Amino acid sequence: MIAARGITKRFGDFVALDDVTIEIPDGSLTALLGPSGSGKSTLLRIIAGLEMPDGGVVEIHGSDQTRVPPQRREIGFVFQHYAAFKHMTVRDNVAFGLKIRKQPKEQIDARVDELLEIVGLAGYQKRYPNQLSGGQRQRMALARALAVEPRVLLLDEPFGALDAKVRADLREWLRRLHDEVHVTTILVTHDQEEAMSIADHIAVMDHGRIQQVGAPRELYDRPANRFVMGFLGPISELGGRLVRPHDIVLELEPSPGAHEAQITRIVHLGFEVRVELAMPGGDGVFAQLTRDEAQQLEVSEGDIVWLRATGVTVEASEPA
Amino acid sequence: MTVSRPWQLTMRVLAIAWLLALLLVPVALIFYRTFEPGIGAVWDSITTPAAISAFWLTIEVSAIAVVVNTVLGVVMALALARGRWRGKWLMDTVIDLPFAISPVVVGLSLILVYGTTGWFGRDLADAGIQVIFSTPGIVLATVFVTLPFVVREVTPVLREVGDDQEQAAATLGASGWQTFWRITLPSIRWGIAYGVVLTTARAIGEFGAVSVVSGKVSGETETLTLLVEKRFANFDLAGAYAASALLAAIALLTLLVMTTFNRRREEA
Amino acid sequence: MSVIALPRRRPAVRSGALALGISTLWLSVIVLLPLAAVVVRSLDGGVGDFWDAVSSRQAVAALRFTILVSLATAAINAVTGTLLAWVLVRDRFPGKKVVNALIDLPFALPTIVAGLTLLALYGPNSPLGIDVAFTQFAVLLALLFVTQPFVVRSVQPVLIEVDREMEEAAISLGASNRTVFLRIILPNLLPAILSGAGLAFARAVGEFGSIVLISGNVPFDTQVSSVYIFKLIESDAPIGAAAVSVVLLLVSVIVLALIRLLGRWGARHDR
Repeated sequence: MIAARGITKRFGDFVALDDVTIEIPDGSLTALLGPSGSGKSTLLRIIAGLEMPDGGVVEIHGSDQTRVPPQRREIGFVFQHYAAFKHMTVRDNVAFGLKIRKQPKEQIDARVDELLEIVGLAGYQKRYPNQLSGGQRQRMALARALAVEPRVLLLDEPFGALDAKVRADLREWLRRLHDEVHVTTILVTHDQEEAMSIADHIAVMDHGRIQQVGAPRELYDRPANRFVMGFLGPISELGGRLVRPHDIVLELEPSPGAHEAQITRIVHLGFEVRVELAMPGGDGVFAQLTRDEAQQLEVSEGDIVWLRATGVTVEASEPA
Repeated sequence: MTVSRPWQLTMRVLAIAWLLALLLVPVALIFYRTFEPGIGAVWDSITTPAAISAFWLTIEVSAIAVVVNTVLGVVMALALARGRWRGKWLMDTVIDLPFAISPVVVGLSLILVYGTTGWFGRDLADAGIQVIFSTPGIVLATVFVTLPFVVREVTPVLREVGDDQEQAAATLGASGWQTFWRITLPSIRWGIAYGVVLTTARAIGEFGAVSVVSGKVSGETETLTLLVEKRFANFDLAGAYAASALLAAIALLTLLVMTTFNRRREEA
Repeated sequence: MSVIALPRRRPAVRSGALALGISTLWLSVIVLLPLAAVVVRSLDGGVGDFWDAVSSRQAVAALRFTILVSLATAAINAVTGTLLAWVLVRDRFPGKKVVNALIDLPFALPTIVAGLTLLALYGPNSPLGIDVAFTQFAVLLALLFVTQPFVVRSVQPVLIEVDREMEEAAISLGASNRTVFLRIILPNLLPAILSGAGLAFARAVGEFGSIVLISGNVPFDTQVSSVYIFKLIESDAPIGAAAVSVVLLLVSVIVLALIRLLGRWGARHDR
């Protein structure tokens, strides 16, 4: 298990991490999710040993590694901009960690070939990084990191510099790789779709603190606070509480607890129908219906309806 | 990578020690030795008729070299950065040549062209113009060795700025000259300024080429650098130091201007 | 109502040709003509005279010494220049900006003054008691002074641009600081180091002003080619001087060409 306990880190006056504690289960793929400045990259780098915390402890497999230099932590690190050794071939890049451990040549060559096969770069041994696409360079970086059999694989926004399509493909590919190789993996990202689609656990971070940790479904259905709810999906405010637009039911007759609203606009987005409404106080709300639900309702712009929230809601006015 | 503290300190000390031993202490020593006999003696030394004439000759020659090489430097930069023609690498190479040629060879080359036995020797003599052993020769030599500075500073700026603004000006009706004066020139002013400073420093400090082409006639064709050498050869060490100190002071001033301009350039 | 008056002929094209014409004329008259004179007139006395001038014992001795001491200068500069660049880029201490500015001092200081200052500190009246005047070491000293900035200024921008994440990647893979420097940083600095050393070498072979005072110009011992050429000119042997100059020019041109090729080789991995 990887654990960070009570980590604090300051850069001048800026508090990057404020008493952060987190446990990463072995063999899992955990995402650190948050906006820029939330501290997620800093936390990752502290776990890697590339930064030193001002306070707190880093434990890897039970031993305190806080003061251990990154060279000896047996980690693998993948950077957003690949950090390819541009003066070395793909083979030499991937072999680097093995070469400095003075492993015998045949062993290194075999392992490099094996890894390049796994990441889909077989035959690229003699190419240089500047002859590879972004996605290929990142796969090479992964092979390089995995070559030394790390105890934990750390990825810092690994797909941030890639096109949307490549990003989506590579993300799925990473999940499949993880399922094969089973290395404990920590992934830093600001893309909630990325985290939701491949992570076993997500730690949502904001302003240097962990807001909530849990499986993707749990975070979406039972958010702990306003921030987590808003970061992981769309929200609408109804009667002082936050609710998912697709959890708002439109009724033609008033009922206890329902709120009155007038439809201002109906937008048909294929399968989804987005209904924009105005509350008596003037506030805007929007609800999301399926095409069938909208058809059954038979409402149009200007109609008065009553809104009721189903599903979990969160107190709207919460301290950040 | 963070270097360990002992290594960091060692490197810092070595670097500074190297600079001290090689550059700073010798220069400081000159100033010290110069002012040892007192400011009065120094003043006298640099205000002798020979010194004053050397000073003004140096200024005159440098001024000409600066003006000429600035104008032509900008022209060459325009040709390189804005022109569309093949063989730019050739012009680049020729422009770099003054950096690669020994100053003595520069002086020799001028003698072989403009000297009495040079290619134009007879024609110049007939026209009554003396180049070698006279001021024009010194000017030519200085222009030669300072040729690359302005063009090399301005060309990359012109390339980087691009000609979008100039094209915009043309569509608005500006003539070529107007475009140049109002659009192009302001965009390269820091490149020019820095190039001018480098040119000035080099021109004032030129010795080898001038040593060959000048008649070294005191009060006439003797520059400040030649004065230093003459005084040294005549065992007037104090006088040589004084003139050197003057040149070194100018050099330090140049360095200051260079640094300031550099910072302005980066901010621009 | 005003009408936008479009220029009838693109002024850029016309002035472009003008600039090219003026530049070509200027460079031809100021640079190419005199250089051509050196090459052409070196053969004024025929190939036989040329060869005699170039292969005289003194000429050969001067050339050999010049090349050797310039190589030594370039090699030492490769090390000290890289060290200085490293300290200026990666270290932080009060007065660093001043130190950075002072690197350019040799560019601003007249060479004759440079020679005089070195003579004052390391010559007969040295306050430190070190007297190396009139030795080959003195020539090396002078050359180190004037070529000081080349490697530093060549390496600095490259060092600033080196991808720190490459270093961190190497560290995360287990590399020690020494390994990171030797296997990651240095290979990326090498083209710049060699280029700067090449420039230093080219400058050193032609250097004159800083050497005249401190070396004593002893033939077969501390005499460099530039001083030998000067002596030939003074003794009214300009053709012989031209011949030796041609050899020196050849050395410089070859080095410059190598530097240019080096630049292209060095950028082969960039994208």
